[in-house]
Amino acid sequence: MFNFICRRVIHAIPVILIIATVTFFLIRLAPGDPLSDEKAVPPEIRVNLEAHYGFDNPLWLQYLHYMGNLFQGDLGPSFKYIGWTVNELIGQSFLVSLELGLLALIIAVLLGTISGTIAAVNKNSSLDYLPMSIAMAGICMPTFVMGPLLVLFFGLYLGWFNPLGWEQWSDRVLPAFTLGIYYAAYIARLTRSGMLEILSSDYIRTARAKGLPEWRVVLVHGIKTGLLPVVAFLGPASAGLISGSFVVETIFQVPGLGRFFVMAAFNRDYTMVLGTVLFYATLIILLNLIVDIIQVIINPRLKYE
Amino acid sequence: MPRFYRIIIKSLLPAALSLSIAGCGIRETNVERGNREQILYIGNGSEPEGLDPHIVTGVTEHNIISALFEGLVSEDPIDLHPVPGMAKYWEVFEEGKRYIFHLREEAVWSNGDAVTAHDFVYSYERILSPALAAEYAYMLYAMENARAFNAREITDFSAVGAKALDDKKLEIRLERSIPYFLELQSHYSWWPVHPPTIEKFGGMTERGTHWTRPENIVSNGPFTLTDWMINQRIKVRKNPRYWDAEKVKLNGINFLPIDSRDTEERAFRVGYLHLTQTIPLHRVDYYRNERPDSSRFDTYLGTYCYLFNVNSPPLDDIRVRKALSLSLNREEITQYVTRAGQQPAYHFTPPDTGGYNARARIEYDSEKARKLLAQAGYPDGEGFPELELLYNTSESHRTSAEAIQQMWKKTLNIEIKLLNQEWKVFLNSMHSKNYQIGRFGWIGDYNDPNTFLDLWVTDGGNNRTGWSNPEYDKLISLASKTYAKEQRFNHFQDAEKILLEELPVMPIYFYVRSLLIHPSVRGWHPNILDRHPYKHVYLDGE
Repeated sequence: MFNFICRRVIHAIPVILIIATVTFFLIRLAPGDPLSDEKAVPPEIRVNLEAHYGFDNPLWLQYLHYMGNLFQGDLGPSFKYIGWTVNELIGQSFLVSLELGLLALIIAVLLGTISGTIAAVNKNSSLDYLPMSIAMAGICMPTFVMGPLLVLFFGLYLGWFNPLGWEQWSDRVLPAFTLGIYYAAYIARLTRSGMLEILSSDYIRTARAKGLPEWRVVLVHGIKTGLLPVVAFLGPASAGLISGSFVVETIFQVPGLGRFFVMAAFNRDYTMVLGTVLFYATLIILLNLIVDIIQVIINPRLKYE
Repeated sequence: MPRFYRIIIKSLLPAALSLSIAGCGIRETNVERGNREQILYIGNGSEPEGLDPHIVTGVTEHNIISALFEGLVSEDPIDLHPVPGMAKYWEVFEEGKRYIFHLREEAVWSNGDAVTAHDFVYSYERILSPALAAEYAYMLYAMENARAFNAREITDFSAVGAKALDDKKLEIRLERSIPYFLELQSHYSWWPVHPPTIEKFGGMTERGTHWTRPENIVSNGPFTLTDWMINQRIKVRKNPRYWDAEKVKLNGINFLPIDSRDTEERAFRVGYLHLTQTIPLHRVDYYRNERPDSSRFDTYLGTYCYLFNVNSPPLDDIRVRKALSLSLNREEITQYVTRAGQQPAYHFTPPDTGGYNARARIEYDSEKARKLLAQAGYPDGEGFPELELLYNTSESHRTSAEAIQQMWKKTLNIEIKLLNQEWKVFLNSMHSKNYQIGRFGWIGDYNDPNTFLDLWVTDGGNNRTGWSNPEYDKLISLASKTYAKEQRFNHFQDAEKILLEELPVMPIYFYVRSLLIHPSVRGWHPNILDRHPYKHVYLDGE
């Protein structure tokens, strides 16, 4: 397993370098720059700004300079938020996104696997149709509809939660649900199809034939293999969840990473775009590695390759 | 009903009910708490770019910085006329070309250091240093040799027109007399920073250091910065060392950076905020009719307009530009499209800008518009090439553009193609004059017609129309050299007349500032610059 991890990490380095290079030049190709604004500044001030940020150097030199800093773990200063480095901004906001994402993930996994399993066990009954219809609705309902609906009902009408903010514990509930429900619905459907396939396989029939109680058949023998598609889905899903969601963060005014990721591109905040893209890429590589390890652990048919 | 559901209903429903009863009425809202503690909760639009008065450029930033710092003069809360700030009084010499400011003995920084004339000189040198690359350095160009120093033409700052005569006496010499010089002092680019703090964190010309963090910052305004979580909150609290602390009634202000208008409106509804930045368009009618005590619609020092690229035929023909403007029903646009109380604009400079009201007018006359278009060679729009109308992607710009597109189609029978571009791409297209008709909005930097009319001089940095008129340039230059108000305004009147005669820019409406305000907020007076000195604001929860 140690060799496996080492190999994957070594493979990841060129991937990150390629992503950094491509992003660096792509964002420079986009029209506009971080310094442009509706009010044009006098040319002499523009010269000062370009000199300060090194934009007067040739692009290849700027690239080398950036990569040099990157190797030392320095993502540079933000162009938009003057006085903050990209490392600081990502560090601060990622902690928020991580918290929100983990809560949403817990909600998604609990709701999804339980309702999916219930549906699979009670195939073609109302206990199957109802959760699956809700799940379908959950998949179809975008977060920008779900969020305001939850706010309207629990924030404005019932007054249980603040409609926005990230100050107290209760402020976590609505955004976590908004974010988690979509994934819960997806996981429910994956669980149901995975469980249905497993529950009709030979070894489950053997288990039943041996006279095991149904709950043991499902929860001990069935679920372990039945959840494999869910585990595979969890890699990208957790990356998506803990890297922040632009929509949910905007609706609830959550100071997470998602908004930086999107707004940096709009602001042409070059260093912030690169920083968030690289961070996101690293996160996906890391989570996929973890998922691969978990899959080998729960599926004895797989080996570290 | 299967047992499963019954269990759910039996167990969850009472729980939900009890929670809802427990939740109602017990929690104190921000507004209630704020009224009790004299803490104002403001929705501040978006996260500020920073809090360094010499680096930032926006209104969002001004809202916070004006709580933390104070310049030589301050503003009257009602009509914003200059009142003593850091300077107790001032003398004017040589027809307004030389000022001597006498600083208050009691003016101190939040760490107890005295505010001196040297601090001001240091601050001017800082913002004008090319290495700092301050965008608003040009706000100080009125000062003798300031532009030359900023453009690296001279390197000796002692040649610049700012001198500390002693600790409390500051002399400022100007290139030429400027009638609105004292009003300029309310712009944060003129405000002082604390030199030892700047030196401690990287030095005078270092951009983006940590000196503005709550644990480091030293300021001289009515409040001090106590908490800053990016994208979450900024808290300022009363500065007991402020010279006029007795008058400051608020104990603090919490600025919340809420980007989404809808989120902000929901926050206001549940008492999370005293003040919002704006009102979502779809809620304007509701608040105007049902909650007039909680909503404000004040004229704002800005003009919304379309620019014509005069180098792009057929817009090079004055008659075509005039026809387009004449066929625009501005009343309809403000009444049915923008709806928040904007004033239709029949001239360019907003009404009562620094006491100036333009006499020249453009009009709405479809008949005349058709005639002019026919004279230009396009009777009933025949043979008129399809024009492109460019705006930055936004719901409100789109609806206005669609309405105008329809008006032109109906009156002139011409086709206009709408094209929207993402903000920075749009800016790029506009700056490089790669457009035919383009959206443009201008908010005045200060309350004087000059900030609107000097835009259109030949090759002006913000004149993206390609339009040039020597007579116009002459008038603007004359106005800048004239000190007598009436004569100066006459030059502006003549200039505006030329502008509206040739129409490189088509005014559509004057901006309005719409906001939600809790009835407990006092001392928040409407004014054209939308500035509200916080030391006069207080909360009355009775």
